[in-house]
Amino acid sequence: MSIEEKGQFSVHYVQVMDKDGNIDMTLHPNLDESKIKELYHLMMLLRVMDEKCFNLQRSGKIGTYAQTRGQEASEVGSAFALEERDWVVPSFREMGVFIVRGVDKAKLIQGWNGDTRAFANPDGAHNLPLSIPIASQLLHAVGLAWAAKLQKKDEVVMVYFGDGATSEGDFHEAMNFAGVYKLPIVFFNQNNQWAISTPRTIQTATQTIAQKAIAYGFEGVQVDGNDVLGVYRITKEAIEKARRGEGPTLIEALTFRMGDHTTSDDAAKYRDPALVEEWKQKDPLLRLEKYFQKKGTWSDEYKNWVVSTVTKEVEDAVAAGLSVEAPSYEQLFDDVFAEKPWCLVEQQQQLKEELEGKKE
Amino acid sequence: MKVHMVAAINAALKQEMQKDPSVMCLGEDIGVNGGVFRVTDKLQEEFGKDRVVDTPLAEAGIVGASIGLALGGMKPIPEIQFSGFSYQAFHHIKQHMARFRQRTHNTMHLPMVLRAPCSGGIRALEHHSESPEAFFIHCQGIKVVMPSGPYDAKGLLISAIRDPDPVVFLEPKKIYRSFKEEVPEEEYTLELGKAKLVKEGKDVTIITWGAMLKVVEAAAELCKDVDLEIIDLRTLWPYDMETLVKSTNKTGRVVVVQEATRACSLASDIAANLQERCILKLEAPIERVSAWDIPFPHFALENYFLPNPQRVLKSIRKVREF
Ligand SMILES: Cc1ncc(C[n+]2csc(CCOP(=O)(O)OP(=O)(O)O)c2C)c(N)n1
Ligand SMILES: [Mg+2]
Repeated sequence: MSIEEKGQFSVHYVQVMDKDGNIDMTLHPNLDESKIKELYHLMMLLRVMDEKCFNLQRSGKIGTYAQTRGQEASEVGSAFALEERDWVVPSFREMGVFIVRGVDKAKLIQGWNGDTRAFANPDGAHNLPLSIPIASQLLHAVGLAWAAKLQKKDEVVMVYFGDGATSEGDFHEAMNFAGVYKLPIVFFNQNNQWAISTPRTIQTATQTIAQKAIAYGFEGVQVDGNDVLGVYRITKEAIEKARRGEGPTLIEALTFRMGDHTTSDDAAKYRDPALVEEWKQKDPLLRLEKYFQKKGTWSDEYKNWVVSTVTKEVEDAVAAGLSVEAPSYEQLFDDVFAEKPWCLVEQQQQLKEELEGKKE
Repeated sequence: MKVHMVAAINAALKQEMQKDPSVMCLGEDIGVNGGVFRVTDKLQEEFGKDRVVDTPLAEAGIVGASIGLALGGMKPIPEIQFSGFSYQAFHHIKQHMARFRQRTHNTMHLPMVLRAPCSGGIRALEHHSESPEAFFIHCQGIKVVMPSGPYDAKGLLISAIRDPDPVVFLEPKKIYRSFKEEVPEEEYTLELGKAKLVKEGKDVTIITWGAMLKVVEAAAELCKDVDLEIIDLRTLWPYDMETLVKSTNKTGRVVVVQEATRACSLASDIAANLQERCILKLEAPIERVSAWDIPFPHFALENYFLPNPQRVLKSIRKVREF
């Protein structure tokens, strides 16, 4: 009989920029100042767009909406590290990722208005549409990465999911496949610490989400999700590793959902407002502003310029998104199969008669 | 007292939990939050975290563990937050929940009720609006119940909880708060497997369930010249053949109205059974009013998809004038 140690595992937490905007230069991701300004611009765009969508829902102009407030660094910093040819596989709270990927913002509005045409992908962009069944998209991402590997395409897949998603079987199956086939994939977990009313501590008994990677044979790392430079750096490294054929990484971006779960939710029912106040101090935009201030590259004029530019951009997008003609019923039947079967031909005709009858 | 369906369901859960310490509720956000529709509101306060459990986000976990809980002597009432996410638990539903009695030669059984909000009409996001009753019926070995209002919801749910076999209890979310009904404060049961004759009539039989009852009643307003007999199925499986056959033999004209899609659906099964049993009394082919055979669309088009009073009316006229 013998007892031997089979291994030792550890998980790291990374922060490049603290909440006061101080940087650990040894960890700086080597981004030009202009790129850092670009990150700020994108994060502000997301914040303004997010507020706008929230207000649109409240005034009845769009349907249920999931806010991103507080998660700007996590979304923008991670997507910024991708190449255009890489794949994005989102969950449903990743408007910032879509913005970075250059998706038409008017389409994003249209999508939250329940219009299928918003999810059309005529140019073959490497973005999947948002996915509502929690964790299901993780396996699709695995398949995409597998296809890239089999066909020797230089494409990395980045898949987004929340802390709640890590409880689903799909998450574990995806992680396992990715480890077994050593796939070019980055699992980007937005741990905003809540799954609707369920806090992270009820979701899993582990200390971190990052450590779950160890059980699947690859690396997991926790990063301050409100630190855009940290998020960028860690994601960039993981993407490069995947591109070199060295397999997957799980990144846990530790952040916080500042708003309600969606516009249908009321967080006051289950969450101490003091927590929200606490996280306000760690705001990802504020932090970057402090960084610029320290560098001496900040001015109120600059901020005003950013805010007014993105506000105009968002207003134009909203105007365009809300003014599209209502979709036609025909697409209900056109969008199901490549070739319409008899039953849909028949049912489409029935609906046509029903609508014509109404007009009479 | 006049209450909404959410309150009626809440009362049924509460009274059964007070009465029987083995009854417990588990699911996503059902405890502190009281469920995303507040169906389980305040139950955790009264019964504690062991009996009203906020689980991790895992439908297969919730249903699979409920099977074990039931085998171990508890009476679990798992909630699936939206019926469209019951698919994440389908291997447990189909492979175990439906067959435990059969595969143990009638020696082990599952007293459990899987509750889930279902159906559309509230401009919800993708996958939040489905009417999956036929899937559950196809599992064979599960009772399927869908109430059409507060009074029925309470009595049917209490019966479901006391039933020795697994029940899927589907709650049309559109009617959670759309109208109130007089609901007795004390407990009462409504026998599973019995339909309700909502309105007696002699010309045309309408068979429906869930949120479609209101649509049928709206259609009835539009055709006062036809004496409709309206039947609310209440228990979708095993359904009340006797009541359906009796009515069909009386009117000879039948319209089945469901919110679910048509192919291989419950409406199709009812139509097949009635033509087998009543062919000589039928005066017209049985009509099915349903959603179209397409995936539930994004909500901008849901009103074109869901059956409406006009669609029901057209079928009433068709069987009437055949
Ligand atoms: C399979 C499945 N179950 C339940 C839901 C309902 N639901 C939507 S979001 C959500 C919580 C998700 O939490 P998390 O993964 O942490 O993402 P977050 O909302 O925090 O971005 C739940 C339970 C769903 N969409 N899909
Ligand atoms: Mg979360």
